[in-house]
Amino acid sequence: MAIGMAEPTLTWNLARDVEELLRYRFMVHAFEAGTIVAVMAAIVGWYMVLRRQSFAGHTIAVMSFPGTAGAALAGLPSAVGYYLACGIAALAIGRARHAGTTAGRAGVGRSGESAAIGVVQVAGLALGFLFLSLYSGVLEQLESLLFGTFLGIDSAQVLTLLIVAIVVLAALAVVGRPLLLVSLDTEVARARGVPVRALDVGFLLLLGLAVAATTQITGALLVFALLVAPPAAAQVLTARPGRSLALSVALALLITWLALSISYFSPYPLGFFLTTLAIGVYVLAQLVGCASARAARERRPSATVARPPSTPSPLPFA
Amino acid sequence: MLSHEFIRNAYLAGTFVALACGVVGWFVVLRGQVFAGDALSHVAFVGAIAAAVVGIDERVGLFALTLGFAAVMAGLGRRAQADDVTIGVVFSWVLGIGVLLIALLSTSASGSNGLILANTLFGSIFGLSAGQSVVAAAIGFGVVLASLAIARPLLFASVDAEIATLHGVPVRALGLGLLLLIGAVTAEGAQAIGALLVLGLIAAPGGAALKLTSRPYLGMGLSAAIALVAMWGGIALSYAIPSLPPSTAIIGLAVASYLIASLLPRVPTIAL
Amino acid sequence: MAAQPDKGMSAAISEPPGLGGRAGAVAIELRDARASMGGHVVWSGVDLLVREGEFVAVLGPNGSGKSTLLKAVLGLMHTPRSAVTVLGGPPGAANRRIGYLPQRHAYDSTLRVRGVDLVRLGLDGSSWGIPLPVGPRAAARRQAKRRVEEVIELVGADAYADRPLSELSGGEQQRILIAQALVRRPRILMLDEPLDSLDLPNQAAVTALVQRICRTENVAVLLVAHDVNPLLAYLDQVIYLAGGRALQGPVEEVITSAKLSELYGAPIDVLRTRDGRLVVVGQPEAPHVHGHRHG
Repeated sequence: MAIGMAEPTLTWNLARDVEELLRYRFMVHAFEAGTIVAVMAAIVGWYMVLRRQSFAGHTIAVMSFPGTAGAALAGLPSAVGYYLACGIAALAIGRARHAGTTAGRAGVGRSGESAAIGVVQVAGLALGFLFLSLYSGVLEQLESLLFGTFLGIDSAQVLTLLIVAIVVLAALAVVGRPLLLVSLDTEVARARGVPVRALDVGFLLLLGLAVAATTQITGALLVFALLVAPPAAAQVLTARPGRSLALSVALALLITWLALSISYFSPYPLGFFLTTLAIGVYVLAQLVGCASARAARERRPSATVARPPSTPSPLPFA
Repeated sequence: MLSHEFIRNAYLAGTFVALACGVVGWFVVLRGQVFAGDALSHVAFVGAIAAAVVGIDERVGLFALTLGFAAVMAGLGRRAQADDVTIGVVFSWVLGIGVLLIALLSTSASGSNGLILANTLFGSIFGLSAGQSVVAAAIGFGVVLASLAIARPLLFASVDAEIATLHGVPVRALGLGLLLLIGAVTAEGAQAIGALLVLGLIAAPGGAALKLTSRPYLGMGLSAAIALVAMWGGIALSYAIPSLPPSTAIIGLAVASYLIASLLPRVPTIAL
Repeated sequence: MAAQPDKGMSAAISEPPGLGGRAGAVAIELRDARASMGGHVVWSGVDLLVREGEFVAVLGPNGSGKSTLLKAVLGLMHTPRSAVTVLGGPPGAANRRIGYLPQRHAYDSTLRVRGVDLVRLGLDGSSWGIPLPVGPRAAARRQAKRRVEEVIELVGADAYADRPLSELSGGEQQRILIAQALVRRPRILMLDEPLDSLDLPNQAAVTALVQRICRTENVAVLLVAHDVNPLLAYLDQVIYLAGGRALQGPVEEVITSAKLSELYGAPIDVLRTRDGRLVVVGQPEAPHVHGHRHG
């Protein structure tokens, strides 16, 4: 959003620009918050993309709207509404995903799950609208709720973000490997006694937490910029989990810092730069991925002679 | 109730929009494309905001953007079904552009932006003029006819794309066709019940019908019927209870039908 | 040696000697045919002849081009002109009269569509509009319904055809798929590795079913398999693909140490166990093809 003070100008002196960028407290806070959110979103999003749960992630993000509206109606701080609504949505989606799962039989499947998630989303939106019509004070914040802002983040909010991020990342560090196994091969995981359902629901709750936190910077509708694009780009570029996680974080940080910086010097809103950089990174990754795949195909000699079978490629996390 | 013109307009537009949402929605749920429908409704949202802020006739910009996006999505996937990562990244970019448009073109303070946003989100079915409602009904009717015309090959393509191709079914073209129909019904329904809530009339009746029966044509009909009942019931309820917005009532009934269908034991479905 | 039969759908021709007494018009003929994929020749110099009412297995190691053969019959491969003749015409022209079950046919296992609907789609799925119970053409619709019931009964799936596919076992789903392939009364039935994911009893049951259909409906059957043993009791002939070439003939003539060694260009031993099963030893595996990295 355009800042209501003297427009800062971009100079050719990089050091001077960075100094200008960090002159005001709110920008320092914005960068701190942005960094924390980028790291968390990149890691949680990495799993989300792997598990093809982007729709769930988006729906949970949208729940921040009824959350805030409901909190305002009840006189609670809006952060409470955020986390509560995202948590409830996570549980509802987790329940729907496993509904009808009996031993050995698949659950509702892709079509059933997507319908359930869609229903959760509109139920939340309709409720939000109800709250809105009962207490229209939310209207003013609606725009920043949906599209994000980085003005006026205070140190208390940065601290909250930090705590949430530490909780989420610590939890992921603990369950990371079993979660990866479950995400890649559910049947094998089940056979090894990994609690699939608990991990599924647990992950959705972590996703809810991460989303509720990210939404404060990017807004409910633009959450994807950080949650989907960097991990998706990283996964296209490399198949090794450790590398693609690191790459995902690196790309998310790059996007966030660039977007914050550009947006500071320009009158145009943060959300636009965030999403544009995100899609740029994603498209670039796809192009690089396609090019390298084509090069690899051309390098391989045509197969006319029978050779003994090579050893199968190991599971990525072994 | 029917003596009021705004109610008659609401029923006229609502009936055909609901029927279209129901039929199209059954396919959307069958193919697991609810996210694509969601993305389209968000794009319609941006289109409507942009149009409202710019001040041009909403319908043109709305349809152009929504249908264009549908075509892009079709182009990006194999059997015309882009995967959810691509959908998410692309539609979040469209939203980003929407943010830019709002910032560029809006001359008022952010408070009234909230109002524009709320209206676009939640529509105003009681605010339709006679002319608007006739157009909405016509488009809805057209979508229903088109959906029925392609229903059988689309069903084949959705159930078994590989064998359908061998039978000469144009699988990709039908995928694109469905996305365009979703786009059309979303853009139109956005004005009646609001962009983001159209999703409800697409997902909930279709989802409910698929839970209730596995027979395809019966399912389509059931989905349309549920959507219709939700629409009629919602309008009537909202008229009776002035503090209940129509969109909430309609969506509330649709969601309720889905929940009821989920809770019913499996036994009735075998009979159906 | 068999006399060269006429091409085209003439009435039953006198049977060439040594072919199990099965008379039938020529369904598929390949003469010096060649198929290539991505610039690399899969097989060449292939001569094959399959008649209606014959049950033929297509065997060979991975990558030898078995699925490619089926695709060539469907007209999906670029083969030299007139090298492949299907039901008297070029490949691709007669696809309406071919029933085809593709390999490892992956269904969304939770799709809630009934078996009977799937079979019906095989009959009229490519027609526009929706079927109405009344109106002009209602008689044709009733006939279609009867045909669907008939073919479901033929494959023995009437007990579960009304249930959603997701509730059926692998063997049951295969029968429904076979019914779908048969509903338009094809002259040729092609199944690509249909027995892969089935347990032994189901393999035997499906194979027996296919043979029964082959005889009663007088359909030419090409069945791609990895292992000839479950099929031994039912086959008329085999087509063995290896080393870029093909051999056709009765099992006992083709699957021998001498013939296979010649085909592979490497020493192969064919052993027969006490219970009559055949074991092929010494097959080199086809080269390992690296798939796309990103899953």
